[in-house]
Amino acid sequence: MSELRELYQEVILEHSKHPRNYRALDSANHKAEGFNPLCGDHFTIYADVKDGTIHDLSFQGTGCAISKASASMMTQSLKGKSAAEAEELFTRFHDLVTGQGESADAVGKLAVFAGVSEFPLRVKCATLAWHALRAALRGEQQAVSTE
Amino acid sequence: MSTAAKTPRPVAAAPARTFDVEQVRRDFPILHQKVHGRPLVYLDNAATTQKPLAVIEAVEHYYRHDNSNIHRGVHALSERATEHYENVRIAAQRFLKAPHSKEIIFVRGTTEAINLVTQTYGRQHVGSGDDVLITAMEHHSNIVPWQMLCDEKGAKLRIAPINDQGELLLGEFERLLGPKTKFVAVSHLSNALGTINPVREIARMAHARNVPVLVDGAQAAPRMQVDVQELDCDFYAISGHKMYGPTGIGILFGKTELLEAMPPYQGGGDMIASVTFEKTVYNRLPYKFEAGTPNIADTIGLGAAIEYLEQVGLEEIERHEHDLLTYATRQVEAIRGVNIVGTAKEKAGVLSFTMEGIHPHDIGTILDREGVAVRTGHHCAQPVMQRFGIPATARASFGLYNTRAEVDALVAGIHKVVEVLG
Repeated sequence: MSELRELYQEVILEHSKHPRNYRALDSANHKAEGFNPLCGDHFTIYADVKDGTIHDLSFQGTGCAISKASASMMTQSLKGKSAAEAEELFTRFHDLVTGQGESADAVGKLAVFAGVSEFPLRVKCATLAWHALRAALRGEQQAVSTE
Repeated sequence: MSTAAKTPRPVAAAPARTFDVEQVRRDFPILHQKVHGRPLVYLDNAATTQKPLAVIEAVEHYYRHDNSNIHRGVHALSERATEHYENVRIAAQRFLKAPHSKEIIFVRGTTEAINLVTQTYGRQHVGSGDDVLITAMEHHSNIVPWQMLCDEKGAKLRIAPINDQGELLLGEFERLLGPKTKFVAVSHLSNALGTINPVREIARMAHARNVPVLVDGAQAAPRMQVDVQELDCDFYAISGHKMYGPTGIGILFGKTELLEAMPPYQGGGDMIASVTFEKTVYNRLPYKFEAGTPNIADTIGLGAAIEYLEQVGLEEIERHEHDLLTYATRQVEAIRGVNIVGTAKEKAGVLSFTMEGIHPHDIGTILDREGVAVRTGHHCAQPVMQRFGIPATARASFGLYNTRAEVDALVAGIHKVVEVLG
């Protein structure tokens, strides 16, 4: 039971019920879908990126409490950050949920997802929105790199 | 030594014993374990069933004593392996009430059985502008092979709709059966909804228009008595692992006259009568459809599963699972915020549900911590989920070894879900 409480922390439940930045973004110049065919989770991530900075970030879709809260908190964490910082935070977040992280301090509020590491089958839920965001951002980087 | 190695297999079914679920449970070693400190409550039987000792031992016995290639050697082991393998064909014939044992084709499972039919009969008879008719409650394995065939041939896949209870609209089905319809494929028992389809009536409608019918029997075979002659279906497909047998083995039943007229499925050894570089003469039924060395060990395991089901008695199993489903439905539907998906009048084995504001994945994780194994997701039936406007469900599916106490554990687990996430 304590592991369940560790997984479904109040903050996570609150975000899953009242997700932040849950809307389409008119100003988005980047958009990607994240889909988990095994469980049907499906999110669209919208990003407004200017001069390498994520000015605005939002999402829409359906998913479990973990994937939805993760998407919600990701959008909060990354506003105003650079694409490179987003990649870096994803790496640290991934380490956290797979139990490889040195310390939870490195991810700020996202530390509430530490409990996911006890539930290996739920790692995909926690990282779905992040993978979608990475796809969105890399789409731009590829376009940039060809210049 | 040779007598010790011989497993006599009765041709006639052993008499059914009195059904005692506790006795049945003793036959399944895997059930007696704890998961996360709780007794395992295995309610994912529609995904795969557990194996009785008789099946595990039959496979082991084969490898320890009889392993050899079949239909080839003149030596003792080959003779024994061949005999055991072919005895399973006779057991399967008896199990499905097929007229002839040569109508029993061993395949990898229901999926391969359906692909065999689409690739042989389908390619031969479905052409440009034709229709293939299926239902809105099919498993992906009874959708995608037909879709592939239709794409290849320029044919159209027609879908007979279902109502909000998850029942086939038979009138709509009949309306969709037209002069262009070349094939009908339906599930006997829906894996996502539990609906039992009126297969006999479907076959009657189709045959009135000379259209053959394939029945996906993967979920029905372990839950009800199947009689392919009474159903009058042309093909019937089942999977060993869903009926307490091994994975990697299944059966396609086909009517002789159709199988005779069909081209072979795969080419290779065993499916030939003679081969020259100029011409190959194909073997007779059923070997025409069994190219290469088959899955001998698991076929023998399937034979043990069939005998086990016959000993326990399909009628008893049907009654027992009906009792569990009724008991579970009554309790689960009474929990506030729970919605049962699939409420057909004719239903068996499967209890699919959603919970308001709670994703099935989270239900599954919490139930798992309570020792209760259910499936969460789309159950390889995405169109069914789309029909009900939901991304997924949680599904409890029953087997012959489940008990009312286990249903109570499921119900307690659902209350725990509400407690943690509600």
